[in-house]
Amino acid sequence: MPTAALEIKAISAHPGPVPGKGAKRNEGDGVCKLIDVTTCIGCKACEVACLEWNGYPFHETKFDNTYQTMPDLQWNYYNLIRFNEHEFADGSFGLLMRKDQCMHCADPGCLRACPADGAIVQYSNGIVDFQQEYCIGCQYCVSGCPFNIPKFNSMTKKVHKCTLCSDRVAVGLEPACIKSCPTGCLHFGTKDDMKALAETRAAQLREQTAHTNAGVYDPPGVGGTQVMYVLHDIRNPEAYGGLPANPTIPLMVRLWKGPVKWLGGLAISLGLVGVVAHFLRFGPKEAHPIEEVHRP
Amino acid sequence: MTNGWIDIKNTDVMLIMGGNPAENHPCGFKWAIEAKRERNAKTIVVDPRFTRTAATADQFLQIRAGTDIAFLGGLISWAIENGRYHKDYLVHFTNASFLVRNDFQLPEEGLFSGFDPATQAYDKTTWNYQEGGNVTGTAAASSAPGGAPQHPPAPGSSSKAGEAAPHSSSGKGGEGQGYQAFGAVGAKAMGPGADATMPSNVAHDLSLQHPQCVFQLLRRQYSRYTPEIVERITGIPKAEFLKAADLFTSIRKDGDAKKVGTIIYAVGWTQHTSGTQTIRTAAMLQLLLGNVGRAGGGVNALRGHSNIQGATDMAGIFDVLPGYLKMASPADVNLATYIKRTTPTPSKPSEWDSYNYWSNTSKFIVSFLKAMYGDAATKENDFAFRYLPSIDRKYSWVEIWDDMYAGHVKGLFAFGMNGVAIGPNSQKNIEALKKADWLVVCEIYPDETSEFWRSPGITPEDMKTINTSVYRLPGAGFAEKDGSFTNSARWLQWKYVAVPPPGEAKLDQEIVARIFLKVRDLYRQEGGAFPDPVLKLSWNYTIPENPSLAEVAKEINGRAISDVTDSKSSQTIKAGQQLPGFSWLRDDGSTLSGNWLYCGSWTEEGGLTQRRGTDDPSGLGVYPNWAWSWPMNRRVMYNRASCDIAGKPWDPSRAQIWWDGDKQKWGGNDIPDFKIDSPPKDHMGPFIMNAEGVGRIFGPLAAFADGPFPEFYEPTESPAKNVLHPNQQNNPVARRFKSDMDKFGTPEQGYTIVCTTYRLTEHYHYWTKNNPMNVELVPEPFVEIPAQLADEMGLHGGETIKVSSARGHYIAKAFVTKRIKAMMIDGKKTYQIGIPIHWGYRGIAEDAGKTARTLANALSPAAIDPNAYTPEFKGFLVKLEKV
Repeated sequence: MPTAALEIKAISAHPGPVPGKGAKRNEGDGVCKLIDVTTCIGCKACEVACLEWNGYPFHETKFDNTYQTMPDLQWNYYNLIRFNEHEFADGSFGLLMRKDQCMHCADPGCLRACPADGAIVQYSNGIVDFQQEYCIGCQYCVSGCPFNIPKFNSMTKKVHKCTLCSDRVAVGLEPACIKSCPTGCLHFGTKDDMKALAETRAAQLREQTAHTNAGVYDPPGVGGTQVMYVLHDIRNPEAYGGLPANPTIPLMVRLWKGPVKWLGGLAISLGLVGVVAHFLRFGPKEAHPIEEVHRP
Repeated sequence: MTNGWIDIKNTDVMLIMGGNPAENHPCGFKWAIEAKRERNAKTIVVDPRFTRTAATADQFLQIRAGTDIAFLGGLISWAIENGRYHKDYLVHFTNASFLVRNDFQLPEEGLFSGFDPATQAYDKTTWNYQEGGNVTGTAAASSAPGGAPQHPPAPGSSSKAGEAAPHSSSGKGGEGQGYQAFGAVGAKAMGPGADATMPSNVAHDLSLQHPQCVFQLLRRQYSRYTPEIVERITGIPKAEFLKAADLFTSIRKDGDAKKVGTIIYAVGWTQHTSGTQTIRTAAMLQLLLGNVGRAGGGVNALRGHSNIQGATDMAGIFDVLPGYLKMASPADVNLATYIKRTTPTPSKPSEWDSYNYWSNTSKFIVSFLKAMYGDAATKENDFAFRYLPSIDRKYSWVEIWDDMYAGHVKGLFAFGMNGVAIGPNSQKNIEALKKADWLVVCEIYPDETSEFWRSPGITPEDMKTINTSVYRLPGAGFAEKDGSFTNSARWLQWKYVAVPPPGEAKLDQEIVARIFLKVRDLYRQEGGAFPDPVLKLSWNYTIPENPSLAEVAKEINGRAISDVTDSKSSQTIKAGQQLPGFSWLRDDGSTLSGNWLYCGSWTEEGGLTQRRGTDDPSGLGVYPNWAWSWPMNRRVMYNRASCDIAGKPWDPSRAQIWWDGDKQKWGGNDIPDFKIDSPPKDHMGPFIMNAEGVGRIFGPLAAFADGPFPEFYEPTESPAKNVLHPNQQNNPVARRFKSDMDKFGTPEQGYTIVCTTYRLTEHYHYWTKNNPMNVELVPEPFVEIPAQLADEMGLHGGETIKVSSARGHYIAKAFVTKRIKAMMIDGKKTYQIGIPIHWGYRGIAEDAGKTARTLANALSPAAIDPNAYTPEFKGFLVKLEKV
């Protein structure tokens, strides 16, 4: 079990050096949750465990022509199994059950988008966590997330999402969902170990079963994720309830928080430079006495 | 389970059918996943719906509910014709070589020999072996080229019909058939048989060629179950059937004896009018493939409650006593008659040996009587044998409610059992309760049974006419009491109290004890017709009004009443000491034991059920020091069959037990389920609870009510004609109840859709609708409807529909799904729908007026299996309409 102190690696919108950064711990690529979708039985034990660990109340739900508990994640429902009836390319039928939650991207779009100092942190173990006391409720993180994960609580004006049980992980425990999984389709360990396990399982599926396109979902567009999937068909992640094939941080966020921010800064600086130059060249603007206008 | 949960990890191929373990046994299902991950085990799932179990399978086949025997019979035939069976196992460990009477007839026209249309019952005399010893080689003359008879004589035209071979028996199969087949775990073969009249030196042909040998009869019986016929009956396309047949029997490809396949099932098999025979077909298939007794093999019933195995072991059904001893019948005038009737004598080839463990019946019953009646049970009074009730007819669950509806049963105790909801034809059960004088319900929630008087359709005016007195007793939930659970793997596991019962709630044993003590007082004061069984019942608990369950568990294990000495080892168990195992039981009154099968679970060492040892030296998942498994901590039953005839494991990499020539003993990684010092040369059969010593492919005499081989019959209500024998549509001996409320529908009346019922992973029976957590996960009732049918009806998901059977209706939202597809049954497009059973008129959503408050079992018919008396909850007919 990788124990991982909550050493902060990056902070949203924080000026200057990240506090505590540089206090190295050998965590490799950090912690990782591996979800082997091919052995998930959709029992929802993880949903209940998540709710109970985080102390949220039970929700009033409504039957919606599916086994899925509710249509989407909610600010106080971090973890949802998405059920999809699917026909594979070879004509066989499948009931795809994918546990949906924050993917804890290595390059987190939420963190990039967030303008509030300290509201989103990325720990050195890879966990991306929201600090609601600093959240200003702007919901930029929502638009920054390519997985549509963060959810806004309209009462408190704060955004919430899966913490990968950072509180449990910090003391050497596995996340609550992992603890509750009866089939062992959920694994937890270092990213390196999980990556190896995932590749082994995917190879086994390709060689020993009809799932010849099985593969590991660890999308490079967000720098890889601390939550990975083994999928029956890696070519079609969308079939699993809208898992994006190539998630990236939205262009607007990248522009806004990248070049635009930089250009904006540059524009401001240039403006200041211009002002100073103007001052040096022309000196202070002086008030001239108003001349009498003589009407003809 | 013949094996156990963990043992599933040792398998190479799984047939999961009649069960949905991913949803209903998710924790145990981890071992199926483990087998897939670690051994590349393959999974075949056969179910009326594409379930969450099917989602993990290598192959899924959609079957019409209630046609399992046709599918399994087809597998048997395919395995035989393609040489995919285990010849050595078959010859030495089963009755395949035994010769059956010449006047026995297969049901090629629908009925076995001996059927009496007047009484609608079988005379089972012909369902028996022949006397005569080894006849190997003598069948050559009657065999066609190629060894096996290619043209089996037509029934009735057999040259030897009516001219029975010499046999010592003439007795009828007779009474009390059935429960040998019930119990699902190994217990199925353990009932003391009415097989006392089987021949002592059975005629047998080790070449398996004789036309009357069991193997050839088996081959002929299922030769009719061709892939084409399987397709017409079950709706499974021939190509898919052949693929599954090839996959499951691939373990015996090219004569391989090492690989192992398992069959996993649950109430999807039992809840039919042919349930017992379905399970038997599976057992026969496993014997044919040599999979019984082996790690990763077996016939594995997944029990649907934490302690249903315990309930079954402790006499969960009316015709057995604890440990599957037979209930007494009025004909048992004394203990000796009872013991004679219920103790089988060996029936086998004379050169083979048979342990015939039921020969110890007298020790089990006398020790049981001593546990029941203590000092009042003496040799002089037949150990109080007459205190036991005896049964003159059947008193199964459905019969009790039928009797109540008829006005004969006046009161009912319902403890931990929501009778109105769980039985078939719920409205009849509600009407029955209206006729009762009183009802006592012990529960942790108000349930449909205790509130039957406010079920849907009853107005406040109607309520005034219901005179049944209802008493509600607050019981304790599972976390509020200690005691043991016996799981599917036959493990007795002790558990501890987590929280005390709230408020006025009491432990079950306190409630039962206090009622008993009051009743005993009344008998003391008032006498009564036959007070002795009550007055003399042994009740020597430290706290009589609230016995400790540890004390009860010790009594169930049993102890010596006076010193008992084993003549062989000269070891002595002192008076008052706990017995170490059932081999110590005596029939002279010197021992007591509440259930011989549990003897060994609580010894002088303490409660072995409380052990939590996690060592597993063999790596086979035996965990010998975790809890305690009946019988005698053996984890895989019949494990002698894991070795060849010389006592060497079929697969050394999965060695369970073996014969140690030096020590002249069986030993190994598991406890031998066998006579420990019987050398292989003695040829003792591994199936020690059968008088034959071998596995029964042919179930002789009264073993089964409906035939020595399973035959496919249509469910009570069926959309199709029986293509095997149109003149014999249904199981001729299944019981259909006949009150004015027992109606049965036909396709001609518009009931054309096959309906099955089941549980969801998110709910537990009728309890969890009281729990917000479960209600959140699946908030309201629904009916699963094939998308094609919905399209035809113009129905959309979420719209309300009404499902009607001949008996009642059910209203819920439609769940339109592609997981159920249209089927072609004998050329006709047929639909199936599915209803989860969990809702009723009491619960969070019900109390809030958010659901229709109807019960799924309002639809199901009161028609029961003739062996196990299980109702046909799955595969009845309905019609659908939009509301």
